[in-house]
Amino acid sequence: MIKIKNLEASIDDKTILKGIDMEIPAGEVHVIMGRNGSGKSTLANVIAGNEAYEVDGGSISMNDTDITEMSIENRALEGIFLCFQYPVAIPGVGMAYFLRSALNAHRKHQGKDEMDALEFLNNAKAILSELGLDDSFLKRSINDGFSGGEKKKSEILQLLTINPKLAVLDETDSGLDVDALRTVAKGVNKFKNDNNSVLIITHYQRLLNYIKPDVVHLMIDGKIVESGDMSLVEKVEKDGYSWLEK
Amino acid sequence: MVDKNQQVIDKTLEQEYKYGFTTDIDQTKFDPGLNEEVITKLSKIKNEPKWLLEWRLKAFKNWKKMSEPTWAKIEYEPIDYQALSYYAAPKQKKNDSLDDVDPEILETYNKLGISLDEQKRLEGVAVDAVFDSVSIATTFKDELAKHGIIFCSFSEAVHDHPELIKKYLGSVIPATDNYFAALNSAVFSDGSFVYIPKGVRCPMELSTYFRINATNTGQFERTLIVADEGSYVSYLEGCTAPMRDENQLHAACVELVAHKDATIKYSTIQNWYSGDKEGKGGIYNFVTKRGTCLGDNSKISWTQVETGSAITWKYPSVIMQGDNSVGEFYSVAVTKNKQQADTGTKMIHMGKNTKSTIITKGISAGEGQNTYRGGVKILKNAENAQNFSQCDSILIGDKCGAHTFPYIDVKNPSAKMEHEATTSSIGEDQLFYCNQRGIKLDDAVSMIVNGFCKEVFEELPMEFAVEAKQLIEVTLENSVG
Repeated sequence: MIKIKNLEASIDDKTILKGIDMEIPAGEVHVIMGRNGSGKSTLANVIAGNEAYEVDGGSISMNDTDITEMSIENRALEGIFLCFQYPVAIPGVGMAYFLRSALNAHRKHQGKDEMDALEFLNNAKAILSELGLDDSFLKRSINDGFSGGEKKKSEILQLLTINPKLAVLDETDSGLDVDALRTVAKGVNKFKNDNNSVLIITHYQRLLNYIKPDVVHLMIDGKIVESGDMSLVEKVEKDGYSWLEK
Repeated sequence: MVDKNQQVIDKTLEQEYKYGFTTDIDQTKFDPGLNEEVITKLSKIKNEPKWLLEWRLKAFKNWKKMSEPTWAKIEYEPIDYQALSYYAAPKQKKNDSLDDVDPEILETYNKLGISLDEQKRLEGVAVDAVFDSVSIATTFKDELAKHGIIFCSFSEAVHDHPELIKKYLGSVIPATDNYFAALNSAVFSDGSFVYIPKGVRCPMELSTYFRINATNTGQFERTLIVADEGSYVSYLEGCTAPMRDENQLHAACVELVAHKDATIKYSTIQNWYSGDKEGKGGIYNFVTKRGTCLGDNSKISWTQVETGSAITWKYPSVIMQGDNSVGEFYSVAVTKNKQQADTGTKMIHMGKNTKSTIITKGISAGEGQNTYRGGVKILKNAENAQNFSQCDSILIGDKCGAHTFPYIDVKNPSAKMEHEATTSSIGEDQLFYCNQRGIKLDDAVSMIVNGFCKEVFEELPMEFAVEAKQLIEVTLENSVG
């Protein structure tokens, strides 16, 4: 699915990623954990193509297509979806309109017909009810006045509507109460199948109690220093990260 | 990101003005120059009564003593009023049948998307088409007459309804009101007149479509709308002009009178030619628009979408004379390239419990300068007056400017005033968010800007809200930011 080779990236001339190597095959869920400032969110943003960051070396490819230089929207259309840590509000732009525009941009790219309003609405309503959201959610402006939980659920609604190949969850679990966390996890589990992949960036084990990862990576100072199974998460919860430092 | 966006902006700004064609027709046109003789000749061509000629000449006399206002935040080469022609009209005279209208002119309106053929018109919209200095045709007149509604060109109204014109002309904007209003009063050539009788709700949208075609000609139209007691009317004006290298002057006056319990909703979609990228050419748009809520419980609502003109100088205002009367101003103003807009409103509260709302959205791109200038005045006897003002600006790119000048003058302590103002750049994070969902930059910009303007677009009649949205999309295409 996604292959990252020796990726280096910086922002405002400050190097953040110092050679990341990682491969997530289809059907797998990977997790990245690490301290604040270790470069986890930078990695998520660089994968999505955020132009605030400069790629200084290495490459990213999706299904053997090099996307390192690709525009944000084109890599989105290639199947990369970022669940934002802080989704931005766009006042006056309705959820339904936004979501349908996004979906149809993807459908068009895939050579499919645009989804008509009725089919879209039925689809969206089904997802909303699973997320415990009211239909009126679609009439609100994107992320405008949303609570923390609503913002994250809105990201999951978009994930399930667009149905990308790779979902990158950037601290989607932070700031959620237990019920909201379960709902979000349910959404992610519904999304994942043998043909797509999930990359979860988190500080805590709690989301991983609901979504079982195949591989866990630990990141320190812009590098992945350890990869393994769920036992790594337990070790971090218990001992922190200092044992990884030489 | 910023660089790329700037490129996109620049690209958009190269977008061609699609209404920029000219129409080749036989026309009667005055030689350039302005004096008593020209005004007398104009009045004579229009076969006007003596009182109107005198009114014009008096305005002219006053105008000569006045000087061009300089307080607005706009810069332009001095206008040579003697170099302009004050009358241009297609040779064929207006007739009752469309068959008599020059086919070239009909074609012009067709190209602009305005069919003057009633059969083909959008249902529920009557149009008065003003071409340079004269009205070409007015549709649905007979249908409207059944309700006692008068909708005709100003020139016709002078002949057919002199008592109404005499009573209301200059009653809201005196001939000496300001430099451009005085000029208009002296030389206005045509425009629209609307009268809605007592208790009548106008069954369709009324609209006037202004087209400047001739070169070196000023367009000075005059619109007068009177809504008698308990009546309702929704009126819309649209404007376009060919692309020409020289600047053209447009100095209009619009007067609205709302009697007791009457409502007038006036919407404008202004898309005059704005000049090229270097700021060459474009319309100088100096317009005076004012309405009086004469009776109790009356309401006047202005909605404007200003995307064109090299210079826009306009402040649609409401004088709330009647008790419980309401004044509203909703505005979207877009400036790009070297366009300059100094626009806003004046809300004058005279009656008790009067209420005004001001919502403005300024969008600046390229090197555009966008100024909101608004005054709220609460007079001594205006008990419990209320005003809410919200002025938002959005900047696209880093070479443009947004400015806000609110003036507040409260003479009655019971007044309630609220003012909010925001200025923001179109967010890189908003664009990233949209792009990450597969939405292209252009589409993202128009989506964000349209969202920003939503409160104003919601005030437009439905048919025109769609037009306004598309206009913004075309105007800002490739423009971001």
